[in-house]
Amino acid sequence: MSSLICDLRTDKVLQTIREGKRLDGRKFDEYRKLSIERNISENAEGTARVRLGETDVIVGVKILPMTPFPDTPDDGSLSVGAEFLPIASPTFESGPPSPESIELSRVVDRGIRESKCIDFAEWSIESGKYAWNAFVDIYAINHDGNLFDAAAIASITALLDSKMPKFEDGKVVKGEFKGKVKLSRKPILCTVSKIGNAIVSDATFAEERAQSARFSVAVTEDEYFSAFQKGGLGSFTASEIDTALDTALKNSKELRKLI
Amino acid sequence: MATKKKEEKESKKESKSKENLEYVNKQGKRLDGRTVDETRPIKIKVGVVPNADGSAYLEWGQNKVIAAVYGPRECLPKHTANPYKAMVRYTYRMATFSVPDRKNPRPGRRDVEISKVSSEAFERAIFTEKFPNTAIDIYVEVLDSNAGTRIAALTTAAVAVADAGIPMRDMIAGVAVGKAGGNIIVDLNKYEEDAPDAVDIPIAILPNSEEIVLLQMDGLLSKKEWVEARTKAFAAIKKVHELQKQALLEKYKNFESTPSNDGSDKQ
Repeated sequence: MSSLICDLRTDKVLQTIREGKRLDGRKFDEYRKLSIERNISENAEGTARVRLGETDVIVGVKILPMTPFPDTPDDGSLSVGAEFLPIASPTFESGPPSPESIELSRVVDRGIRESKCIDFAEWSIESGKYAWNAFVDIYAINHDGNLFDAAAIASITALLDSKMPKFEDGKVVKGEFKGKVKLSRKPILCTVSKIGNAIVSDATFAEERAQSARFSVAVTEDEYFSAFQKGGLGSFTASEIDTALDTALKNSKELRKLI
Repeated sequence: MATKKKEEKESKKESKSKENLEYVNKQGKRLDGRTVDETRPIKIKVGVVPNADGSAYLEWGQNKVIAAVYGPRECLPKHTANPYKAMVRYTYRMATFSVPDRKNPRPGRRDVEISKVSSEAFERAIFTEKFPNTAIDIYVEVLDSNAGTRIAALTTAAVAVADAGIPMRDMIAGVAVGKAGGNIIVDLNKYEEDAPDAVDIPIAILPNSEEIVLLQMDGLLSKKEWVEARTKAFAAIKKVHELQKQALLEKYKNFESTPSNDGSDKQ
């Protein structure tokens, strides 16, 4: 039954978009209300909870000393993971990460990493032996569309909020920190959906069901793009991509003010 | 490798003009002698796996890829079947020996992501609605690699799907474009991909309608640079598409005159 209702809603989304409107009255390039909460978990080095309309995502950062990769003995590292918790949606199941959650975490990772906002050399502790690794773990709590942007905003906010642990005599000093993590940029991920012939920002779950394709772009404050990702079964024309990029340049400025 | 990267970072700080010389010289030639618009040499051979419904082998510079297609066939496990269309299941793999270190044979997160976005590209190209309840399995194995393997794999797979006789809206053709040392260049090799300012943009389109079916990017890129990169990519993709068509014609050109072929190929 519920899938029939979803199908009806998909039809309604398409019909409304054709009329140049959206079901919730937003403009095509308009985001839902975004709110950010910090300090979700005291044990984490940094956390953030982002609510984008009814979409709800929590990100926690743990920073641990790890053996650096052999080809970069003087660099720390970043690992981003995403869990689509069965809490968040009837469509999510327990078990190993789905291709969808792997894709999301890798796009969030690229947006942050490729913006060069982290100086990984600064995270070195002892060459070839120890370097800081930030584990950014994304937990979807409620899925009402656009998990990508919510997760990316929560990730960068949680990183900005993270405390850098102290390392002495071969181990971490519990409960002591040496200031906050330094980030030189704040990349913001902006995703659009192609619904019918329209390019729509921040799609809800119902709108995502009606989309033919999705395009995400991470934007830095100096107006560089640090990641692209096209997803979904459909396609984009070159000019639709250009529209998506211009929309992202505009929206990222507004969203960045909130973090 | 890390020291090399560091040296590159140092030299980048020294002067911007030197940085440009490093990847493209005054004559507009790259370190391997190519122009900025030029891909590495590409060779495609169709029909290389007799058991498969369609197959192709490709060499793209050092990259070597083999692709085989099975289907449309019964979709197993059955609950994964779709009563409205065929499921396209694309599997990208790298052989353990295809990289300088040994690749872990277990599919990693990168492999999963590449397989996902490539499947989605084929969903647009194939008339999946013609084959409800079936699966079309596309397997791609990278045998040797030097940057740009996901596009090499996709390009090979598209030829293999055509060889399998599966109806498509269009061929899929692609190229990776990007930036090294401040230059927008086509088909980056590994050295260029490791540039301190490297940008990598794998892009695949349906060549006739110019619909973009795969697009990814990492690195720092401006809007202006994107437009230049996209223009260069589309031009290069047209050439890749020609090679795909030629390779298919090469296999089937003799079939017209001799409809009952000598049995050397089960097709």
